[in-house]
Amino acid sequence: MPFALSPDRERKLEEILQRYPTKMAATLPLLHLCQEQEGYVSEDAVGFVSQRLDLSPAHVKGVVTFYTLYNQHPVGKHQVWVCRTLPCALRGAYDLIDHCEKRLGIHCGETTADGKVTLRTAECLASCGTAPMMQVDKDYHENLTRDRVDQILKKLVG
Amino acid sequence: MLKRTEYLTRVYGKPEGWSLPTYEHEMSGYEVARRVLTTMTREQVVDEAKKANIRGRGGAGFPMGVKWSFMPKTVGTKPHYLVVNADEGEPGTHKDRTLMELNPHACVEGCIIACYGIGAHVAYIYVRDELHLSKARLEKAIAEARAKGYLGKTPFGKEWPVEVYVHSGAGAYICGEEMAMLNSLEGRRGEPRMKPPFPANAGAFGCPTTVNNLETIAAVPTAFGMGCEEFSKLSCLHHMNDGGVRLYGVNGHVKKPCVVELAVGPTLNELIQDIGGGVQGDRGVLCVIPGGSSTPVLCPSETVHAPDPKSPMHAWDGKSVFDIPLGVDTIRGVASMLGTCCVTVIAEGTDPVWCMHNLMQFYRHESCGQCTPCREGSAWLERVCQKILDGKASMAELGGLHDIANGIMGNTICAFGEGTAMPALAFLQKFRGAFEAYVRGERRRADAKLTAVPWS
Repeated sequence: MPFALSPDRERKLEEILQRYPTKMAATLPLLHLCQEQEGYVSEDAVGFVSQRLDLSPAHVKGVVTFYTLYNQHPVGKHQVWVCRTLPCALRGAYDLIDHCEKRLGIHCGETTADGKVTLRTAECLASCGTAPMMQVDKDYHENLTRDRVDQILKKLVG
Repeated sequence: MLKRTEYLTRVYGKPEGWSLPTYEHEMSGYEVARRVLTTMTREQVVDEAKKANIRGRGGAGFPMGVKWSFMPKTVGTKPHYLVVNADEGEPGTHKDRTLMELNPHACVEGCIIACYGIGAHVAYIYVRDELHLSKARLEKAIAEARAKGYLGKTPFGKEWPVEVYVHSGAGAYICGEEMAMLNSLEGRRGEPRMKPPFPANAGAFGCPTTVNNLETIAAVPTAFGMGCEEFSKLSCLHHMNDGGVRLYGVNGHVKKPCVVELAVGPTLNELIQDIGGGVQGDRGVLCVIPGGSSTPVLCPSETVHAPDPKSPMHAWDGKSVFDIPLGVDTIRGVASMLGTCCVTVIAEGTDPVWCMHNLMQFYRHESCGQCTPCREGSAWLERVCQKILDGKASMAELGGLHDIANGIMGNTICAFGEGTAMPALAFLQKFRGAFEAYVRGERRRADAKLTAVPWS
């Protein structure tokens, strides 16, 4: 089925287009809207963005593949990103990652069998003063302890 | 004991500290922007800004006022733009986020003043996508300011339209590089462009553009509020044209990691002891990354060598690098960089080879891939480090790391290459013994530690 934005997102797009002197500048924001709707950026969505903004599909695909946060394939319902970079690693990020993998029964980069959680490592999330940390969907969880991680993951997997 | 200041951070920790009523009650509440727009000319704004000696807070330390003065004096057929860099993602850097979350109105008011100074009507604040709370707080602040008429067609009754928009990234460290940021803003892959042309000539959408770090912009209302020269004099390095107050962060192996506001010029020892509460487990310091992972590490045994009385560093000749004031030029004087002023402390007992490998993984992942020396070089650095950790590398391969790093330096479009090579070379030079011990089989990955106290 061809991709179409929901009416409220279509309105949001109209507002976004007013902000920039070119249509192309709306590429990143529009891709975010597409992903918000579908959970990832499908081939159909790439076609939609290229038509809507008068760009070549190659340009849009090039943008999608460049940025880490656009999913090119369907992912779990919840996104868990654990920061692995040095300031977090100095405060236990590797142990935190191990712990998450054990609790969820998956490796980083994988999704739980029930499709609820995708676990990934992240490069520095600007939370070095409150390390170790992880991001769950839109929320940061900082100064993590084992108990706190267990609580957070329990909520996600039910 | 270091004294904290509260010029930018007065509303931190206040209930609803990020709201307009608090900003009006505790800080300038847009009165500074009103005064600037209604009583000063554009030229006066730029001249005044130069006196603040605000060195760019994003890492390069370029004077803000001077950068503003590069913009065309009159607005021609092409509009001018302000782009604010809030793509905070340098490992070890965690300061801009606090401003966006806790004092977003200072950022918006700074944008209004800066836009007027550089002749722009539109400011884009480029925030990394992960910072959802920061974006929400900024959006709310912008809406509040617009409702009051501080943004829009006639802010404060002045015929100088100003609009501020939040633009979200999509997960790419390289977009913190100003030319990559402009490409990303325009809807392209975040690949740095060649300079020249510089942004002041051809920046966003091919138009004259100033790119400033978010903290730089947030300091503007305070500086103009108290008088830019007065603001500069708050710093103990005012005489070195490094003025004002700024946010200092401490992270890594300290007891109390945090972000604090201080007059420019505390020492590393003061930051570690007074602000960070000392090293975890009361250990000694192995080394410190002074301002984000791209800045070369400094060890406590290093001293300043400046016997020449004409040297700007002469005042600290013979002193430990941990006892000199942290300023843009002082840290440059000891062959490192101040960067973003967020200090990563690494305790004794930590494995420096593993530290370097962790950072090289970051650079390998984040290289945009445009320039071969950086794309291949960062991957080679990471792979050889891995091999050393695994005990499978030869002395020749260890020596080869120097060649790889030197091969990247100066051979790339943007400074990412140097940002990868400089810290790599510093680790190699300062911890040569540890690297060799791995090669000789005297050190093993299984015994190596990164944490100072176990995670629990």
